[in-house]
Amino acid sequence: MVQNLFYFLSFLAVLSALMVILSKNPIHSVLYLILTFFTLSGHYVLLNAQFLAIVNVIVYAGAIMVLFLFTIMFLNLKDDTFTGSRILYHLGAGLVVFTLAGLIILKISKETIIIADDAHFDSQIGMVENLGQVLFNRFLVPFELVSILFLSAMVGAVMLGRREKGEKNF
Amino acid sequence: MNQIPEIFRAIPVNNFVILAVVLFSIGILGVLTRKNAIIIFMSVELMLNSVNLLFVTFSSYKSDPSGQVFVFFIMAIAAAEVAVGLAIIVMIYRRIRSTDVSLLNNLKG
Amino acid sequence: MEQLLSLIPLFPLIGFLINGFGARKIPKGLAGIVGVLASGASFLVALFLLFQFLGAGQKAISVTLWQWISGASWSVGFSFYADQLTFCMLMVVTGVGFLIHVFSYGYMHEDEGFGKFFSFLNLFLFSMLVLVLGGNLLMTFIGWEGVGLCSFLLIGFWNKNDAFNDAAKKAFVMNRIGDLGFLIGIFLILFRFNTLQYTELVTALGSVEVLNDTYLVWAGICFFIGAMGKSAQLPLFTWLPDAMAGPTPVSALIHAATMVTSGIYLVIRMNALYSTIPMVQEFILWIGLATAIIGALVGTSQNDIKKILAYSTVSQLGFMFVALGVGAYTAALFHVITHAFFKALLFLGAGSVIHGLHEEQDIRNMGGLKKFLPLTYGVFLVANLAIAGIPPFSGFFSKDEILAHTFAGNKIAYILLTVTAGITAFYMFRLFFLVFFNEYRGKLSTEKIHDAPPSMAIPLVILAVLSLIGGFIGIPEVFHMPHYLNDFLQPVLAPSNAVASLHPNLHPVISHSEEWIVMGVSVVVSLIGIGVAWSMYFSRKLVPDFEPETNPLVKLTNGKFFFDQIYNAVIVKPITLIANIFSVLVDLLMINLLVEGFGILSRFAGSTLKLTQAGRVSGYAFLMVCSILLFALIFIFKTF
Repeated sequence: MVQNLFYFLSFLAVLSALMVILSKNPIHSVLYLILTFFTLSGHYVLLNAQFLAIVNVIVYAGAIMVLFLFTIMFLNLKDDTFTGSRILYHLGAGLVVFTLAGLIILKISKETIIIADDAHFDSQIGMVENLGQVLFNRFLVPFELVSILFLSAMVGAVMLGRREKGEKNF
Repeated sequence: MNQIPEIFRAIPVNNFVILAVVLFSIGILGVLTRKNAIIIFMSVELMLNSVNLLFVTFSSYKSDPSGQVFVFFIMAIAAAEVAVGLAIIVMIYRRIRSTDVSLLNNLKG
Repeated sequence: MEQLLSLIPLFPLIGFLINGFGARKIPKGLAGIVGVLASGASFLVALFLLFQFLGAGQKAISVTLWQWISGASWSVGFSFYADQLTFCMLMVVTGVGFLIHVFSYGYMHEDEGFGKFFSFLNLFLFSMLVLVLGGNLLMTFIGWEGVGLCSFLLIGFWNKNDAFNDAAKKAFVMNRIGDLGFLIGIFLILFRFNTLQYTELVTALGSVEVLNDTYLVWAGICFFIGAMGKSAQLPLFTWLPDAMAGPTPVSALIHAATMVTSGIYLVIRMNALYSTIPMVQEFILWIGLATAIIGALVGTSQNDIKKILAYSTVSQLGFMFVALGVGAYTAALFHVITHAFFKALLFLGAGSVIHGLHEEQDIRNMGGLKKFLPLTYGVFLVANLAIAGIPPFSGFFSKDEILAHTFAGNKIAYILLTVTAGITAFYMFRLFFLVFFNEYRGKLSTEKIHDAPPSMAIPLVILAVLSLIGGFIGIPEVFHMPHYLNDFLQPVLAPSNAVASLHPNLHPVISHSEEWIVMGVSVVVSLIGIGVAWSMYFSRKLVPDFEPETNPLVKLTNGKFFFDQIYNAVIVKPITLIANIFSVLVDLLMINLLVEGFGILSRFAGSTLKLTQAGRVSGYAFLMVCSILLFALIFIFKTF
């Protein structure tokens, strides 16, 4: 049962990822990406990381993709045109990527990755309380630093978005 | 509650790794192939997410919460990055009235 | 008093510096006076020191200014040394030098390089004095090189003329070949005896037992090669006639009286060495003889007044080396002194003729100058009689002494030398008759021909007097008068005398009756030479033709035995060819390519790498991905 779920979710994820990069309309790409995030959240649930699954949906699909959507609609982007003059380049890129992926997959297939044994297994690590414990004990400093990161990102975004003198608004 | 969920016995961890690799390579393809800046940016988000998946996988399989905490941070950083990145794309659009990255060749030389 | 010794070369050095640095700023008259005074001051100091020397029992003076080079077990100092030989040379160099400086004052007066000329002349005097006063072989070598340099500077003095520059270069290069021999000789002596100081060498060489020691033979040959270059012996003599391109006072001073005699000075100075290697002395004898003969033969058919005198110098130098070859050091030095007098006089007289005829040098355009240049005629006559060896002129005594010792040493050489003496008389009087007698053949209007002004006339007269009485310092024993020069030089020749007493069979002595015969024969031969010249050029008024010669013998001698052409074909052309090959092959091809190659490489690399900077974002991303692939490959295959 779990396997079926896993394969179904994986298939969906790969399909929607492909559609992201193959769509002509940018809005379609955004939507497909949101679908990808949902499937990934499903994977997280399968992996017993419930909190992250929800956070994934909220942050990524809910905030970041909305931002993308806003920008696309602001800029009033038209459909992308695929010109045929770059077909060689596309082939080359595809070859390289294919090789890279293939290599890693082949290598991984040969290896056996050690997983935790029964005695040390803890299934509660994905719960909020446990995550919170780890986050605010071991990773307190990076947590605080992230706040400074957000500050700089905010300032940066505001500064960059300012309209210079003489520039016309679209 | 300490019983091992069924998934860990049923699905070997290699499968998840392969899935992550495939998603990552699709993201790379998107970055290389598309010429719309926003699509490229979205492909980068796809790559980040594939890495997230990998982290969560190993965190679950090895019962180490650090992986999930790290995913937390990655999401935070991705959010910040998107904010700034989109601001830059808007700036570029204001300059060249298009989001086509092949028009950005001032550094050609 | 020793310090006064260093003053002698100092005065000309100061004169050189003043005239050299103030070349165009000092007015002409002042430059000339500085030059003349410098040489005059040297002469006076030398004279003063000579009297001191004679008064103090003829003890050699030596002064070391500073310790120059210190090796592990040896050292060389910057030292001057004056013994009897030095004083003889000093008197000649400073005395004749001073007279020629005075002569140049008048001769070079219209020349615009007047100051430069006197600075070079003073520099030459300085170098020559260092050479003569040097207390060790290295000091002599410094002077040696210095006179070579000044010879180059002065021969090419009128440096706008390419032919003159070539002559200067030729002189310098041939001198250089000789210098290499000298240098190797210095090294050999240093290795063997660990010292270069003359006084110490004399002691060291005195203890050499065996004759013709191979090492010392090589050292002797090397020094003689140096002498060959400097004193224009076969085969390094072709530079001397070409050196006549310089102004006439230069020819008089350098190529007659002083520089060319430095080779002889060196051999006499090293007589301790040469007396132990009679093999090399034989060699010197034959080279000197060959030079004397060839010089005389070529001189019989030359038509440039200075070239005739140049070849006569070559020939007379050969005489001196013959004397050295038979071990007659005193005779050689005697001939150096008298030759300095009459050859300088001949050159200065020729200069007066050239000056009077406004730069005419071809004797075919002269003639009958007896009435236009009476003073010059008079002094020329004196000089000619001296060089021909007519008693009681100085040349007779010195030449006769050489002939006497040659007779004792080697009969064949004696016969050839006597014949050469006759030929000498012949061509000198040929010159004399063609220039001063019969009718004037030139194109100049006769009012313009003027005799020497006083500044030129006075040195001429003084030299004429010296040519007349100079011989009396060395009257042979047969006249039962003391041979002043021989007695004077004995302390210097002590080493060779010691060897001679040990090996009497190598040093035969001439008997009195044989000496009378030799004297008579030489006078007769000279008179025959004069007589032939008289009959050809005075009575029959023969004049050499302007057309090219048909007589093969004359063509051979006129063409200087084609030495220059042989050297050109055998040495100069191959070397030029090799130089050209290297210039193209190594220089152009390899080195230029190497140097320019870096630039070309950089440019090529730059323009190629430029292609990667296409400005395309996706291109950059692609490159990044390729690098990742590369890393992945390396990583994966490393762990296999």
